[in-house]
Amino acid sequence: MSSLFTVATTEFKRMFFSPLAWSILAILQFVLALMFLVLVQDFITLIQPQTAGIENPPGVTDTIVSALFLWAGIIMLAVMPILTMRSIAEERSNGTFSLLRSAPISMTEIVLGKFFGLMMFVFIMIGLVSLMPLSLSLGTSLDWGKFLAAILGLSLLLASFAAAGIFISSLTNQPIIAAISSFGLLLVLVVLYISGKSETTGSELFVYLSHFGHFLPFLEGIFQSGDLAYYLLFICGFLILTIRKLDNERL
Amino acid sequence: MSKQFLIQARNLHRHYDTYHAVNAVNIQLKQGEVLGLLGPNGAGKSTTMNMLTGNLAPGSGEILINHIDLLDNPKRAKEQLGYLPEQPPVYKDMTVTEYLRYCAILRHIPKKDLTKSIDRALQRCSLTEVRKRLIGNLSKGFQQRVGIAQAIIHNPLVVILDEPTVGLDPVQIQEIRHLIRELGDEHSVILSTHILPEVQAVCDRVQIINKGQTVYENTLDQISHSISHMNYEIGFTHPIDTALLNALDIIKNMSELSNNRYQLEIAGDQHSVSEIAAFALQNQWQLIEITPKKVSLESIFLDLVHVKENAA
Repeated sequence: MSSLFTVATTEFKRMFFSPLAWSILAILQFVLALMFLVLVQDFITLIQPQTAGIENPPGVTDTIVSALFLWAGIIMLAVMPILTMRSIAEERSNGTFSLLRSAPISMTEIVLGKFFGLMMFVFIMIGLVSLMPLSLSLGTSLDWGKFLAAILGLSLLLASFAAAGIFISSLTNQPIIAAISSFGLLLVLVVLYISGKSETTGSELFVYLSHFGHFLPFLEGIFQSGDLAYYLLFICGFLILTIRKLDNERL
Repeated sequence: MSKQFLIQARNLHRHYDTYHAVNAVNIQLKQGEVLGLLGPNGAGKSTTMNMLTGNLAPGSGEILINHIDLLDNPKRAKEQLGYLPEQPPVYKDMTVTEYLRYCAILRHIPKKDLTKSIDRALQRCSLTEVRKRLIGNLSKGFQQRVGIAQAIIHNPLVVILDEPTVGLDPVQIQEIRHLIRELGDEHSVILSTHILPEVQAVCDRVQIINKGQTVYENTLDQISHSISHMNYEIGFTHPIDTALLNALDIIKNMSELSNNRYQLEIAGDQHSVSEIAAFALQNQWQLIEITPKKVSLESIFLDLVHVKENAA
């Protein structure tokens, strides 16, 4: 257990030794802040006057929080592969992976350590993004249940990105290929959702298979154990595949 | 087993697809011994070392490290090992101390001993001055030393070094060799290289691997004893009557090099050399050089490796 923790914290700290983590956080925050500004502006000038007379109108949480978190998820589609390519592919190409492999530590601990290290970064990122809607609570009241569901949904979505990315990273020793392939895989799952929802080729199965299909209910504040189970299976599945792949590599 | 064997690897095999990279190699290492694994490029040295350190699983065979089976009980067996791969496994964005601290924790060094172990490793590899610098900014030689520091930080019983002096300048090579010699006093060391003088400088025993098989194995003491005749290069200012020289019984073989220089194979001991010098003086040949040629390992190596290649 302690080795797992060591790998995770070192993985996390190492991201901040280079400018990588800082620049990713800064750029994400900048882009999402612009987004947030647009959303707040729209809400004040468009949505609020229009819905003034309606009973039980959509509030700030519905219009701003879910849109912001959706965008955060979409942007991370491109960012996560850059983070996961470092975790195994880059270590291999730098020759540092043999340090872990010859250390008295199991492959499971290495892979889980890498995953939790990435998750620590993901939580910081979600924390920073959440500060923006949180600032609204100074002036208005937020729907805390929906807000927390959105945070949970985004965490699960990004965890699934991380697990898939780590798996792809374990398949190659070229970081760029790992990044592009992970991006491709994540994008295919989004396309599955889009095609599943389309009027001509619509398919429940495609929507079900896509990770975005299970993310959107969280944004509406709906917590279904089926969605949670989907993400847990997705994450465990890819992590187990990674462990098996790396163990087999020795053979 | 009478004496303590720290590594016993029996009958190791490893295939890469159809290529038989390691074929029935046995490796035994006693406590306090420095073993040199020698072989041309692509002989299977690195593959063997990767198997000994658990980076690769052997196709078949058995590896015991301090009597613990590496395949059955990898965690406990790996605790006894320190490994420096061909490319030092250093994170370029960490400082030397940060990196060594990470390695130390990975190797299960208890918290209270961390600082002590790191300081000791820094000092042994003469890294104390650069301990706060980023590894990526250090020269290749220093990075190599950081790699060695990483391999000895947990004071392992066995240290395995894959070509530790590649890419270093002569002074650094001297220092690293000195360090390896020192390590050999406390730890057992396996060292792979294709630099012959290195083996002669630091190893107790040598094992030559070619095309995946052990082709020669002996201690360096025995190698130097087993040589009954010596090779010399001898040079004169003017051409000499070679027949006269060749007639001496102590000269077993003689061949002409350029510029009045000859290669001699001399029977007997050091005394024979002075006999030749005296003989030259007697004949008023102007002797300008007699250089002993280190035969031993180099000729053994070339014989084994080349004969095999010609036969193949």
